[in-house]
Amino acid sequence: MSIDLSQFHAVFFEESFEGLDVMENALLELQPENPDSELINSIFRSAHSIKGGSGTFGFISISEFTHILETLLDKIREGEEQLDVDSVELFLQSVDCMRTMLEALQAETEPDTTRADQLAIMFQSILTGASAAEAKGLDVPATGASPVIQESVLPGSDSIPDSLAGFHIEFTPEADMLKGGNDPVRMMRELATLGELTSTPDTGALPTLRDMQPDVVYLNWCMDLHGDMPLEDVQEVFEWVEGECDLSISRLGGSADSAPEVMPSNVAEAVDHAPDGTSTAATKTKADEQESAKPIPDAPKTASPAKPAPAPAARAGKAESSSIRVGIDKVDSLINLVGELVITQSMLGQMGGSGEVITDDHIGNLREGLVQLEQNTRELQDSVMRIRMLPISFAFNRFPRMVRDLSLQLGKKVRLELRGEQTELDKTVMEKINDPLVHLVRNAMDHGIESPNVRADQGKDETGTIVLNAFHQGGNIIIEMIDDGGGIDADKLVAKARANGIVGDNEQLNQEQKLDLLFAPGLSTVEQVSDLSGRGVGMDVVRRNIQELNGSVDIDTELGKGTTFRIRLPLTLAILDGQLVTVAGQTYIFPLMSISESLQIDEKLVNNVAGGGDVYNLRDEYIPILSLDSIFGLRTEPLSYDQSLLVVVEAEGMKVSVVVDDLMAQQQVVIKSLEDNYTRVPGVSGATILGDGTVAMILDVAGLIGLAGNQKTMAAGEIAGSAA
Amino acid sequence: MTKILAVDDSASMRQMVVFTLQSAGYEVVEASDGLLALDAAKSGHFDLVLTDVNMPNMDGIALVRELRQLEAYKYTPILMLTTETAGDRKMAGRSAGATGWVVKPFNPDKLLATIKKVIG
Repeated sequence: MSIDLSQFHAVFFEESFEGLDVMENALLELQPENPDSELINSIFRSAHSIKGGSGTFGFISISEFTHILETLLDKIREGEEQLDVDSVELFLQSVDCMRTMLEALQAETEPDTTRADQLAIMFQSILTGASAAEAKGLDVPATGASPVIQESVLPGSDSIPDSLAGFHIEFTPEADMLKGGNDPVRMMRELATLGELTSTPDTGALPTLRDMQPDVVYLNWCMDLHGDMPLEDVQEVFEWVEGECDLSISRLGGSADSAPEVMPSNVAEAVDHAPDGTSTAATKTKADEQESAKPIPDAPKTASPAKPAPAPAARAGKAESSSIRVGIDKVDSLINLVGELVITQSMLGQMGGSGEVITDDHIGNLREGLVQLEQNTRELQDSVMRIRMLPISFAFNRFPRMVRDLSLQLGKKVRLELRGEQTELDKTVMEKINDPLVHLVRNAMDHGIESPNVRADQGKDETGTIVLNAFHQGGNIIIEMIDDGGGIDADKLVAKARANGIVGDNEQLNQEQKLDLLFAPGLSTVEQVSDLSGRGVGMDVVRRNIQELNGSVDIDTELGKGTTFRIRLPLTLAILDGQLVTVAGQTYIFPLMSISESLQIDEKLVNNVAGGGDVYNLRDEYIPILSLDSIFGLRTEPLSYDQSLLVVVEAEGMKVSVVVDDLMAQQQVVIKSLEDNYTRVPGVSGATILGDGTVAMILDVAGLIGLAGNQKTMAAGEIAGSAA
Repeated sequence: MTKILAVDDSASMRQMVVFTLQSAGYEVVEASDGLLALDAAKSGHFDLVLTDVNMPNMDGIALVRELRQLEAYKYTPILMLTTETAGDRKMAGRSAGATGWVVKPFNPDKLLATIKKVIG
C-alpha cells in the first residue's frame, strides 16, 4: 500500500513548533540548581515526539539532531548528568536552531545544518566528558541492533551470506508467555511465511485435561525451516519473546557437531560455518509468492477526522499560517446552532406555505419566528467569530524568552508576568499585534526598567517587573503592557519635540498631548540609540500598526514609578463598529474608532486657504475640510455648509474633517473585501451590505487624506495644506 | 471488523497511524494519552492496542500495565511504538505486559506488516 506521507506534514510542523514552544517555556522555567523532574520530562517528551515524527516523515536532519539532544536529556532525566546554566543555554539555542530548520523544511527548502552541527559537537563534548564510551554511540543514532544479538560472536556470520538450506529451531516457551499476548502459533505462522516449516511438538509436559490451565503453555517445539532466508529474519520472529523462552537456532545441513552458542540471556543461537552459494532458489520464490499473495484489503481511503489536541498550553504557530486549529466544542456549538436555524427556517417555511387567509395569529407567529431567526443569526455569527479566536497566550508566550535574553544582554533584572493569557482574540489581529507588542516590551526593557543599582538607590526592588495583561472590555480586547521602571518624562519629550520642530515654540500642550508626542515620527528621547530600540522602527510605527487594526493606544506614566501602555483592539477584523453617514443619497461608513467628534458647521469658522481648500477652525486648531462630493465625484453642487454636518476624523496622527449630509445610525457592519470582489478603490477600505440590501462603502480615512492630496505631516496647530 | 485502539500524543503520528490502519480496512479508535486510552479501552473492546511510549498524563508502559489488569485485555495483543535507542524501555514495556513493538521511524507498510503478525 502506498500512502502519501506528505499529507501529514502540516500537522507535524504545527505540533513540532508547539513542542519547541513547550521546550522553550519549560527551559525558561527550569531552575538548574533544583530542576523540576516534571519539567525535564516535558522537555524530553517534546524532543522525543519531534524526533519520532521527523524520522517517520523523512526529515533526517531534524531527527539526527534531536537524537543527540534527547540523549543528553535522557541522562539528565535519569540523573546521570547534571543540568547547569550553560546546558540550559545550549538547549535554548538548540530550540532556536530546530525552529529555523523546521521553518526551512516547512517552506520546502533544504535546511542549513551548520548551526545544528556546531551544537551537536557541543552536546557531544558534554556527553563525552561524562562517558567517552557512551558518547561514541552518538555517531550512529539508529542502528536497530538488538543489544542481545551480537553477530560478531557468531563465526563467519557477518562475512558469509545466509543463503543456506535453512534452520533448525528448538523453541521452549515459558509457561506464561500467553499473558503478554504472544502466541507461539503466531510465531510458527510467521516462520511459515519465510520458508517451508515442519514442526514437531513435544507434548511431554502436557498435564491431564483436568489439570490443564487454558492460559499456560505446556508444549515445546522442534522445527525445521527449509529455505533461503537470512538469520535476522528468523531471529526477528522471536524478537518479542527474548527472555521468555529457551531458543536455539542452528543451520540445517551444517556439521552435526556444531554446538549451539548460548547467549547471556537464556536465548541461544548458533550458526554453522557453511560455504556460500548454496541458495535454494525454489523455496525463495515460494516465500516471495506468499508475500505477494497476502490479501490487501481495498478499503476506502478516507482521512481520519483531525482531532484537536486538548487545549494546548503554549503555542505560537507560524505567523500567517493558513490553517487554524479549532476546539471541538466550538465546532459542536456551531453545528448545534445550525440545527436550530434549520428548525426556525422550517417553521417559517410552514407559515409561508399555508395558503390560508392571513390572520392576526399568523402575523403574530411570523413575528415570533423572525425574532427567533434574528437570535439564531446573532448566535451563529458569534459562534463563527469564535472559530477564528485564539487565546492571547499564543502571542504572549514568546516574551519569557525575549525578556530573559534581553535582561542578560542589558544587565538588568526583569521579571515578566503574564495575565489573562486565556483571553481570546481574532487570529489575524493577534498576528498583527505581535510586532507592536515586541516593540513595546523591548522599549520597556531598554528605556523603562532601570539598571539594578539605580533601582536599589531609589529604594526599588532590584528586579523590575513587566506585566502583560489582556482582558475583554465591551467588544474590545485590552492589552496592557505595564512596567515599574522610571516612567516617561513628558517635559523632556516636549523639549525634544521643540528642538526637532515638531512642536511650535509657543505652543502649550496638556499632559495627554505631551505624551502623544511619543508616537510622533522622528522622536527618540534617548540620547544614545541603543541596539534594541531606536532602530528606525519607532513608536510611530507601533501606533500606525495598531490603528490599521482599528485600535488605539493610550499611555499612563508616572515619573519614577513606571508606565502603562494600554492597547485597545477590536476582537475581530471581520466586523466593524461603524458610523453610517449619507452624502448625495449614498450611505458611507466611518470606522467609529476614527471619529473624534461630529459637529454642526459654524460658517464663520470656515476659512478658505489660498490654493483652493477650506479649513475649519476647531477650538483654534485648523483642520482641513474634505468633501466626499469632490473626492468621489458625486455632485457638482454640494449642499451648503449650513445644511451639512462635519465629522472630524483622525488617522496616522492627522486630523481632517469630512462634510456629510447627515449622520445615521451607529452599527456593527460585516466587512466585505472590495479587492476580493471587485478591485481596490482608493479611499475605500471595504464594503458592507446593509439591512435593506444596499451596499455601503466603508471609508478608509488615511486613504481619504491621501486622496485629498494632503499628505504633508501635520503637527498640532499647524495649518495644513489645502484639500485638492 | 478488527478494531484497533491507537494511542499517541503526537497528532501527526496519530493521523498517520489511523489513516494507514483505516486504509487497510481496520476500524480505529484514537486516544491522545494513556488515560484517555484506558477510558476508551474500558468502554469498548479492541482486538489490538497500539501505543506510543512517551506520553503525558499516563505513559505507554503504565497503560500496558493497567490494561493487563483488566480481564478483557489479559491476552489482547498490545504493541508499543518505540524508538530504536530505547532498548531499556522495550524491556520495561515487555515486563509491563506488552506483546511487542514497532520500531520508530516506521512507514505504513512496516506498521501493517507488524500488525498482521499479531492479528493474523
